[in-house]
Amino acid sequence: MTNIQRFTPLQRALHWLMAVCILAMLFIGVGMASSVAPKYLTLVSIHKTLGIAILILALIRLVVRLRYGAPPLPADLPEPMKLAAHLSHYALYALMIAMPLIGWAMLSAAEYPVVLWPGVWLPSILPLSSSLHTALWNAHFYLAFLFFAVVLLHVAAALFHALIRRDGVFDAMGPALAHDEVAPPEPVPARR
Amino acid sequence: MPQASRPSPGAAIGSFALIAGVVAFSAAAFAYTAGWFSPERLTPQKLVDGFAPPSGPALGHRRNHAKGICFTGVFASNGAGSELSRAQVFVEGRYPVMGRFNLGTPDPNADDAKVRVRGLGVMISTPDGQEWRMALIDPPVFPVSTPEAFHALQIASASQEPNAMAKFVAANPEFAAFAAWAKSAPWTGSYAEERYNSLDSFIFTDSSGNDHAVRWSLAPTAEVVPVTPEELAKRGPNFLETEIADRIKSGPLRWTMMVTVAKPGDQTADPAKAWPEDRRSVKVGSLIVEQIEPEPNGPCRDINFDPTILPNGIRTSDDPFPAARSSAYRVSYDRRTAEEKDYPR
Repeated sequence: MTNIQRFTPLQRALHWLMAVCILAMLFIGVGMASSVAPKYLTLVSIHKTLGIAILILALIRLVVRLRYGAPPLPADLPEPMKLAAHLSHYALYALMIAMPLIGWAMLSAAEYPVVLWPGVWLPSILPLSSSLHTALWNAHFYLAFLFFAVVLLHVAAALFHALIRRDGVFDAMGPALAHDEVAPPEPVPARR
Repeated sequence: MPQASRPSPGAAIGSFALIAGVVAFSAAAFAYTAGWFSPERLTPQKLVDGFAPPSGPALGHRRNHAKGICFTGVFASNGAGSELSRAQVFVEGRYPVMGRFNLGTPDPNADDAKVRVRGLGVMISTPDGQEWRMALIDPPVFPVSTPEAFHALQIASASQEPNAMAKFVAANPEFAAFAAWAKSAPWTGSYAEERYNSLDSFIFTDSSGNDHAVRWSLAPTAEVVPVTPEELAKRGPNFLETEIADRIKSGPLRWTMMVTVAKPGDQTADPAKAWPEDRRSVKVGSLIVEQIEPEPNGPCRDINFDPTILPNGIRTSDDPFPAARSSAYRVSYDRRTAEEKDYPR
């Protein structure tokens, strides 16, 4: 029997809520870009609103992470895996914050209105510019595939911890403690 | 750490297989959503590619309606449209407009006398920060009823097969109305003498929340003088742009915006079919064009006249074209703005 340290309930709630939002966002993005059907307009409008929602949630999450920290990785985890874990988490945070900003800037550089819902428009954050639009379009396009690849890596690593190493890393973020060999959670000490 | 609970080597292989399966399934679902397994799916890329001549598209230019000239002016609203839509653009007042006269051709150097369809892109801005963009054309009906049929028309038009068009017309009988217009409607010598039509149906919502299915037109106030195509051919390849730039020197040009209201039961999904002539029409204001500017340095060049950019109080209907046009215009915009070096300012 081992006590494992878990993320705070707020962190776990944010993680799983954003997991659903980000997966939906990636699938909507790649789907709408290849559609001319009436659902195209619905998908584009969800993509904008959900993107801004993800940006706000990601900023909240970043503050919460800085405030409450994260449980330490298992001491016996090989160094390359620890490095991969840290780098992939930096990448996920960077993409969660950068992708909505790039999308917003890209629309601004083409003078497309950014409509969150009928009658509510975000301000433009860039002047009209073909070269900026193109650079941002390329960034948004290629980073979307990178984002999906990092998400897949993250899922694979989470399952690796849950099914093979069974080292408590998955349970630290898991929605509920599934294994009876794991003790009830202890309060997580804040890392300042 | 709970070392003791690690799986046996056999179970670990099963777990690795499960993880690989989850990753492979997710990647496949993503690729499916992107259309990579659906080569038959009609994509905006296919529609945009369908406009290009065999020699390829004109880089840096719109992939259709490639030839055009910019204008600025105002929309003078008379207040009558407020009965139909709560959008601020229908409140009596004057709102800035930017737009583009254009020809329905993928060739930015086309001979003006040879292009049958003339169009008008308009963007009206209101003080509440909202915009109404539209892209109108001068035929009274759209050639086809669905985006799929439009792509079939692109394929038939480009086909070397002698009876490709005949087959297309047989499969898409709605094309006859457009073909009759193209064959027999009089030509004019000026963008100012054309009537530009939304063709697509949209839904206006009034301040009480009631919906009204509508189409609209910009009807010219200039006298319409029919000119034969033979006579137009003698006026030079750019006579439309020269004429409109000359005409504006003697004062602003005006069009009357007429909003036609459907009766309950009128179809709104098919822009190839006109509504009966007796439908109520509301005169909501005037488009006043005050200044003409060549496209290369003009304000319309880098703007997408996406007809789904609508103010609150106007939305799309069950007509499938605005969505397809929005998607295709976006691809055209993304491509041409990435080719800025081929069309320098």
